[in-house]
Amino acid sequence: MNYQYVVQRLLLALVVVLGITFVVFMIMQIVPGDPARVILGPYASDESVAGLRDRLGLDRPLLEQYLTWLAKAARGDFGQSLLNGQDVAPQLLGRIGPSFELAIVSLVIGLVIAFPIGIISALKPGSAIDIMATVFSQIGVSVPTFWMGIILVIVFSLNLDLLPPSGYTPIREDPGDWLAHIILPAFTAGFVSASIQTRFIRSAMLDVLSANYVQTARAKGLNERTVIMRHALRNALINIVTIIGLQITALFSGIVIVEVVFSWPGLGKLAFNAVEERDYPLLQGAVMVIAIMVTLVNLVVDLLYFLLDPRIEYV
Amino acid sequence: MASKKSSSSKRSTSAEDQLGPANTLWRDAYRRLLRHRLAMFGALVLLIVVVMGIFGPAITPYDPNGMDFADRFADPSFEHWMGTDDFGRDIFSRIIVGARVSLQVGFIAVSVATIVGTGLGLVAGYGTRVTDEVIMRAMDVLYAFPAILLAIAIMAALGKGIGNAMIAIGIVYVPIFARIARGAVLGIRNEEFIIAARAMGAGDIRILLTHVLPNVLSPIIVEITLSLAFAILAEAALSFFGLGTQPPDPSWGRMLSEGRAFFRQSGWMGVFPGLAIFFTVMGFNFLGDGLRDALDPRLRR
Repeated sequence: MNYQYVVQRLLLALVVVLGITFVVFMIMQIVPGDPARVILGPYASDESVAGLRDRLGLDRPLLEQYLTWLAKAARGDFGQSLLNGQDVAPQLLGRIGPSFELAIVSLVIGLVIAFPIGIISALKPGSAIDIMATVFSQIGVSVPTFWMGIILVIVFSLNLDLLPPSGYTPIREDPGDWLAHIILPAFTAGFVSASIQTRFIRSAMLDVLSANYVQTARAKGLNERTVIMRHALRNALINIVTIIGLQITALFSGIVIVEVVFSWPGLGKLAFNAVEERDYPLLQGAVMVIAIMVTLVNLVVDLLYFLLDPRIEYV
Repeated sequence: MASKKSSSSKRSTSAEDQLGPANTLWRDAYRRLLRHRLAMFGALVLLIVVVMGIFGPAITPYDPNGMDFADRFADPSFEHWMGTDDFGRDIFSRIIVGARVSLQVGFIAVSVATIVGTGLGLVAGYGTRVTDEVIMRAMDVLYAFPAILLAIAIMAALGKGIGNAMIAIGIVYVPIFARIARGAVLGIRNEEFIIAARAMGAGDIRILLTHVLPNVLSPIIVEITLSLAFAILAEAALSFFGLGTQPPDPSWGRMLSEGRAFFRQSGWMGVFPGLAIFFTVMGFNFLGDGLRDALDPRLRR
């Protein structure tokens, strides 16, 4: 196997993670005005602002400030919330779980919808089912995520009173209630990702169905089911795994929106609240954790792809 | 060029023919586009939205900000096609006026992304190994953020408002254009016509602008159209979150966020602004897909 690929891929991930920390660090630098003034508010005295500037090291060179900040962040010290003065890190930790639960359930819902539709439409290109699948994926990518959430709430919560419109119950406390709360947000995010994945699964299947080994499998008299499941789908999966990986970033974009719409206590909702309250350290922490999580998931998917298909080389 | 002219002079000498094969390529693409039903449907929808955006306040049946407290939360009727909101304002009129904001933000944000992203991509693909690495790794970093999260973070730094929303959405889509432009450049940088141009003494900038750019144009045109769809979605989301358009500018995203408190009284308030966003985005998606099929027939299945 070509382990050079693995090393290069790991290096790239490291570069990206470092880059993410730099972008996140810069958020605070771009904020118009004096960050110390922003932190203390408009009524603080000039002395206390100067004091804070000194404590935060705002008068030192930018690179030095970044490295100090990075060294702290690497030790899990993301500073204190401007709003309640508490450490940011523990607040972030409590939000990772709910975000991940929502991401996984959304992804599963998305795949459960996308797989059958994608495969069937690839088996019968040009058929009525294929056209319907194309229309479905076109509509799916055009629906605003937050609007879909709103419509689901209007129908299933406000009118039919079947599911709660927002909120969260930890799965350990009450699995049934957890499920009731996660259905609408996960379906909202999952529907959009399903529409994108349907296309990719369809085209990945179309690719392998015309391959020589599939023709051979048919020619040697295997039944169609075996040809599709054992020969075609298995090879198509290699591409599908990568695409799901690429979709993780987009999925989390949807998750952030859905968390805000459904008041789901995840990192996205935390980031949004931090923007509302101008709580920059909290925002920096939340944005950084989400971006790094997404990068790591992408890394794992890429390495998985490498294991599935050793032919791959880094380009 | 001279040989092209002489070879086609037998057939006719009309101005079109003298423009050479590039012109036929675009004309063929245009013909294919006209035959693409979904693309034409998308174009029709967009035409309506653009008319709404241009003429806006002049063609609304009611004053979009005119309140009528006797007629709040009205359901759709012949009088108010899309009903009225919590102030008794005509929702249809507000949707017509809202088209302008969506289109403005979309076009400006995508222009930012196109110019910056394509520029960076051309330089990365055409320049040295080091420039390429630096630019593309920076693009990888930007690409690692979920789109809406990056936009929110940039908005937090720059401040709320429609102008900053345009910048934020534009930055988010820079890496996409950079990657497309770079990929296209890499595909042609060692082609004979580039080498010939260099042998004739053309400088790098001249080669980039007159030889490389025209050849990477079609994937970029497709991406511009599809990015407009994303930009309008992103603007709506930012405005829905209260970060984009600020009162009193009417926008579809803000209509939804302002209506949230009243969905129990009138679910309709949540339906129509969303449909307006949906159809506009769908229009750009359809047109973009049609353009892709028309500009690159090899990709068709």
